[in-house]
Amino acid sequence: MITKRIIPCLDVKDGRVVKGVNFEGLSDVSSPIELAKYYSKNGADELVFYDITASSEGRALFTDILCEVAKTIFIPLTVGGGINSVSDFDRVLKCGADKVSVNSGAIKNPDLIYEAAKLYGNQCVVISADVKRVDGVFRVFAKGGRENTGMEAIEWIKKCVQMGAGEVVLNSIDTDGVKNGFDLEMLEAVTNAVNVPVIASGGAGKIEDFAKLFKANPKVDAGLAASIFHFGEVAISDLKKALAAETIPVRL
Amino acid sequence: MIAIIDYGVGNLFSLKSSLAAIGADAIITGSCEEIKNADKILLPGVGAFGDAAEKLKNSGLCDIIKSEANNGKPLLGICLGMQLLLEKSYEYGEHEGLGLIKGEIRPISDVIPNNLKIPHIGWNALKFKGEKSRLFKYIKDGDFVYFVHSYYAADCDEFVTATAEYGSDLTASVENGNVFGCQFHPEKSGDVGLNILRAFNEMEV
Repeated sequence: MITKRIIPCLDVKDGRVVKGVNFEGLSDVSSPIELAKYYSKNGADELVFYDITASSEGRALFTDILCEVAKTIFIPLTVGGGINSVSDFDRVLKCGADKVSVNSGAIKNPDLIYEAAKLYGNQCVVISADVKRVDGVFRVFAKGGRENTGMEAIEWIKKCVQMGAGEVVLNSIDTDGVKNGFDLEMLEAVTNAVNVPVIASGGAGKIEDFAKLFKANPKVDAGLAASIFHFGEVAISDLKKALAAETIPVRL
Repeated sequence: MIAIIDYGVGNLFSLKSSLAAIGADAIITGSCEEIKNADKILLPGVGAFGDAAEKLKNSGLCDIIKSEANNGKPLLGICLGMQLLLEKSYEYGEHEGLGLIKGEIRPISDVIPNNLKIPHIGWNALKFKGEKSRLFKYIKDGDFVYFVHSYYAADCDEFVTATAEYGSDLTASVENGNVFGCQFHPEKSGDVGLNILRAFNEMEV
């Protein structure tokens, strides 16, 4: 049986790992290479490497650090941030990424998903959606959560999957940084709409939040978090043991 | 020296790095001479079978891979590289493989319940089958490895050395003498995967 994946996210700015509350007020944490190595050795099932400001600054993602990270870890690696073209896919895949996550780039040019899926396969294309409730409607935000696109989120995610996205990372801006649990309502809406793996992001504050997530919605495939892992509030090995004790399938 | 076959499919960075991590000597090559001089051959592959089979054929390397394998040189196919070892595939049409292992590649949707997602993606446990494979000498039954695939090896029962349960027992690895194949990605399967590559690297011709 396939296991539920626990995924630490390395939000990188200027070559360092950072994590902001509600995407604002970034604080330096550690070296991406050291952190990646640590997670890889301590039970992470996958890593997400995200160049958090590449999109808003309109520049390409740092490939040198990415190559270093890819060289030192032997678990799947997803890369995102500033992916706007098929040549961006090519560049990060050549650095050792397994999957590429698109967000603002796909909002600007949805054909990017189709083009990339055709070249590299659906499994390689991850749609990452930053979603926030605006007047009771789920809206898609671009540029690291700074810009409301006005698009309805569930329709957008469905469209991305139809175009070839093989996985969805759902970042709830409403619960991000609040550490009071994942956005179960938003996740339910997404897992009911698509039949590809869905990764929950935003809101994890403690071990119980993950147990609650996988129990409440068995269609969620993975839980992603950053600060609680970086600051050592939750050790991945403890988290997985706790999930196993609740009969949630995990890789121990 | 392990020759990682370069025929223009997928990226070989992770494979090369994982071999470096276990201290294995490896070159990425598309040269017949270098493949002949290597003591082992690694056949990688991602993407669609038809496209990869075509590229492998156009690279002019099919004959050398087959003859070296028939001479007893250890050969390991990974993911699509494993699928290419079999006789044919039904992924978007009908395509011929290397035929080093009897059997064919069919969609996993034929054998799994339709509420399960496709591709089969993520970490799954290996269930060893029959006598323990030499490839698994450093790992144990139940160890987890990383899969990403929508097609599986069928009609190759006698060559299956491990399966993974995903609504059905899907072929995880095959073996025919010195020819080995892993449907999963050892280079993405943490220490378990590195230990599989280590066992392959230590094989004698």
